Amino acid sequence: MSSAGSGMSEPASPTEPIFQPLAINGPLVRQILVRFLQNEVRKVGFEKVVLGLSGGVDSSLVATLAAEALGASNVRALIMPYRGSDPKSRRDALQVAGQLGIDYLEVDISPQIDAYFSRFADADQKRRGNKMARERMSILYDQSWAWRALVLGTSNKTELLLGYGTIYGDLASAINPLGDLYKTQVWQLADVVGVPTDIVKKAPSADLWAGQTDEVELGFQYRVVDQLLYHLIDRRYTVAEVEQLGFQRAFIEDVLRRVRDNQYKRRLPVIAKLSSRTIDRDFRYPRDWGH
Amino acid sequence: MNPQQLQVGLAQMDCTLGDRQANLERHQRWVEKARQAGVQLLVFPELSLTGYFLKDLVPEIAITLEGPQMKEILGLSKDLDLVVSAVIEEPDHRYFNASLYLSNGELAHLHRKVYLPTYGMFDEQRYLAPGDRFRSFKTPFGRAGILICEDIWHLSSAYILSLEGVDLIICPSASPGRGVTTDERLGTAESYNLVCRTYAQFLTTFFLYCNRVGYEDGANFWGGSMVIAPNGDIVAQEEDADEALVTATLELGEVRRQRLANPLLRDERVELTINELRRVWHERTRKPY
Repeated sequence: MSSAGSGMSEPASPTEPIFQPLAINGPLVRQILVRFLQNEVRKVGFEKVVLGLSGGVDSSLVATLAAEALGASNVRALIMPYRGSDPKSRRDALQVAGQLGIDYLEVDISPQIDAYFSRFADADQKRRGNKMARERMSILYDQSWAWRALVLGTSNKTELLLGYGTIYGDLASAINPLGDLYKTQVWQLADVVGVPTDIVKKAPSADLWAGQTDEVELGFQYRVVDQLLYHLIDRRYTVAEVEQLGFQRAFIEDVLRRVRDNQYKRRLPVIAKLSSRTIDRDFRYPRDWGH
Repeated sequence: MNPQQLQVGLAQMDCTLGDRQANLERHQRWVEKARQAGVQLLVFPELSLTGYFLKDLVPEIAITLEGPQMKEILGLSKDLDLVVSAVIEEPDHRYFNASLYLSNGELAHLHRKVYLPTYGMFDEQRYLAPGDRFRSFKTPFGRAGILICEDIWHLSSAYILSLEGVDLIICPSASPGRGVTTDERLGTAESYNLVCRTYAQFLTTFFLYCNRVGYEDGANFWGGSMVIAPNGDIVAQEEDADEALVTATLELGEVRRQRLANPLLRDERVELTINELRRVWHERTRKPY
């Protein structure tokens, strides 16, 4: 637990116990998401999807749902390690791909990343990490074109709210089945659909540098911040009300600041309004227009 | 045809968002399926001819009651009565979320959705005008009234129809599923089951709830279409979000029998209600600010 301290009791395990309001009927959610993938992929004329498979729980879950929805032969996983990535991530990704029987392609992104940063040797870890995320996005969209497949996103609700992702990097996708599930709900669903327990239980990591874990970088635990976000976002509790639940003021304010400061990552670029019908402001059509 | 029985069908179907021709063809297929199943009254979901989350497509996909599309739709009701739903453009260019009762190739009734949800994920009032009445109408099978989706979340709407003496309330719906817990069903499904059953039992009427399936911009329509008897029992339901023709045979005499056993409608104090409502309204509106 970090200094941001939630004030809630220290959990024994990062994934358990489950906070009851965020407990889900796994089979029901699985059915909704499998049908979501079938419907939203096929009705726009596609059969196939590609996704980045990191060996983490989010992408392993999306790969599993996609294989169930579209058939293993219609899912291609891109495993895209950098030379600094944890070798276990690659092994986990290969295990999931093997278990699902999906097609996979390994692309080592080290040459292009290193070539670029040879000109900017002083780049910090975050800058390098963002570049890697966008390199992977670039590869996914290239494969999307080559394979006539839609790119699946794997960002969950916790990450999207906190802005814990790279804009136009891992946040870029055509369809995202996990965007309305908190991380603690991702764990539950991953367990239900048969993602290897070892992958569900391991410390979440963007694996952008050696030893990185999400919870150390963020400064709090997912299972704690999910409880706070649930009250603030889903239940619209006030700051005073969540304080009464036992969350510390500094922690609440840190989380609210992250949600606010990262709003831009969840929206299209701001367009300077000039005409009477501006895209997304007063030119409003559904994404599934005509489908 | 046994005049004491009515074979109803609920077309729990998917729609193509913003493609009227594709949806008309869907209607033709469902009407044919229902006809073969001996259905006498077939109900389609809310905005069945257009899809639901239309946004700026509303004026582009609307039809007029005098237009050529209306003739095609009327033509579907030659062999069985239909409730179909569309965006209707009035001559003054107001657009309504409407349901049409069609019988023998003619328009027997039209209900314009009164309560347009404009909160949370809904934005209907941005694009649509609200209806201004709840009226019942005569069908070959008794007196009926139509409430569209959000209309049933206002008690007064069903109450008014009840006082008009309806035997049957028809509710076309496009309800997106939400509220995932450990419960067996989505929160939305639980709520609708509760509301529809309550209306049927409290108002001692048959209640037909027809919801959509499919997805629009990631929102799932949860199906769950149901036929409820005047005692509140669900007599037929498709609980899953699959396309399905839900059919049931209504024993029309049940309304009379239920109202004898449970004379809630007879005992209803309409004048008291009106007086009290008038008093409440007066007290609310006479305040200086």
